[in-house]
Amino acid sequence: MTVSSPANKRAPPSGEDIIVQLKKARVGIIVSVPDIVTSDGLLWPISKDPDFQLIRVCKEDEGVSICAALSYNNTRALLLMQQTGLMDSLNAIRAIAMDYHQPVCMMVGLQGKAPDETVLESASYGVRIVPPILDVMALKHIGIDSDADTQHIAPAIDTAYKTGDALCFLVGQSPVIAGGHS
Amino acid sequence: MIQRDLALTTLRPHVEPRDLVVAVYQSCFDWLALCPRDLNYVSTGAMGQASSHALGLALGSPDRRVIVLDGDGSLLMNLGSLVTIANVRPKHFLHLVFENGVYEVNGAHPIPGTGTVDFAGMAEAAGYQDAMRFSQLDAFEAALPGLLACDGPVMAVLKIVPGKAYPRDYKYIHSATARQAFRDALNRNET
Repeated sequence: MTVSSPANKRAPPSGEDIIVQLKKARVGIIVSVPDIVTSDGLLWPISKDPDFQLIRVCKEDEGVSICAALSYNNTRALLLMQQTGLMDSLNAIRAIAMDYHQPVCMMVGLQGKAPDETVLESASYGVRIVPPILDVMALKHIGIDSDADTQHIAPAIDTAYKTGDALCFLVGQSPVIAGGHS
Repeated sequence: MIQRDLALTTLRPHVEPRDLVVAVYQSCFDWLALCPRDLNYVSTGAMGQASSHALGLALGSPDRRVIVLDGDGSLLMNLGSLVTIANVRPKHFLHLVFENGVYEVNGAHPIPGTGTVDFAGMAEAAGYQDAMRFSQLDAFEAALPGLLACDGPVMAVLKIVPGKAYPRDYKYIHSATARQAFRDALNRNET
């Protein structure tokens, strides 16, 4: 179930490239609880981009339901959150995304993961348990640790909406944007 | 107190063919018996999530009316959704809360705050456009056209007691058949 990235000291992913990929995949709605990993390089730019409708939710499991409901008429959405929110939403993901087989697409910032370590070897317990949990749930996950990884985003979202399979991107390094967040 | 099935029977003639009705637990089972239709959204999956599914439907189909048949115990699990919904401000969004003070399908244990919790007050404080309370059927019946016509989101809290016992068809509400029927009807009517 895993598309993994090796341990690396590569350049972090580009926020612009992630946004390009989301638009290429026709994602128009972003549902989010702020996450420190993706805040400056992704969520702030998205919040200012008129091509996206940003729905700020109070709790991540709301977002699971919102994204699932949107999928009924093929309105594509992405739930952007931190791994703490992922953990808090496991029952909703289990029921709504997996039991119901609905294309809930998630992008999860791994708070606490160092750039030069793999997710599975992270010194952070809260980080390294994420892939095994998703594997047990049979929830496909894709690592976004460098700019080379961002090319997987649009095809994976397209596939999710074609097959109905949920999907989780694991962002291991903070995305950066040219000039930084202002 | 209002009998739940009578409240739903009162609602039934006001539901238009294109309306989306999101229902949970016993209200869902009663509604399915009283008003079976493909645009009933019954697969909410996890307890408390009805209002969030409804918001997703409202975002995806902003021209449609969305009616939520929520429970008091369910809503307690997702109170933050009141703020989220109020912030998005879906225009055609009626949130009905059937308040019986207990977790009816889970052994009828009391909900925390039975008798004191004020759902309408919380909705108002969250930013809903309006929130009303009903303990008499005729008052609810009189208010329904206005509730469905005014700009949302709006909430109506109904103090209810169980009415006729309709079967709890969990297999159906969690079925792929129910979800596909809703999906087909939604997209059929979209075009």
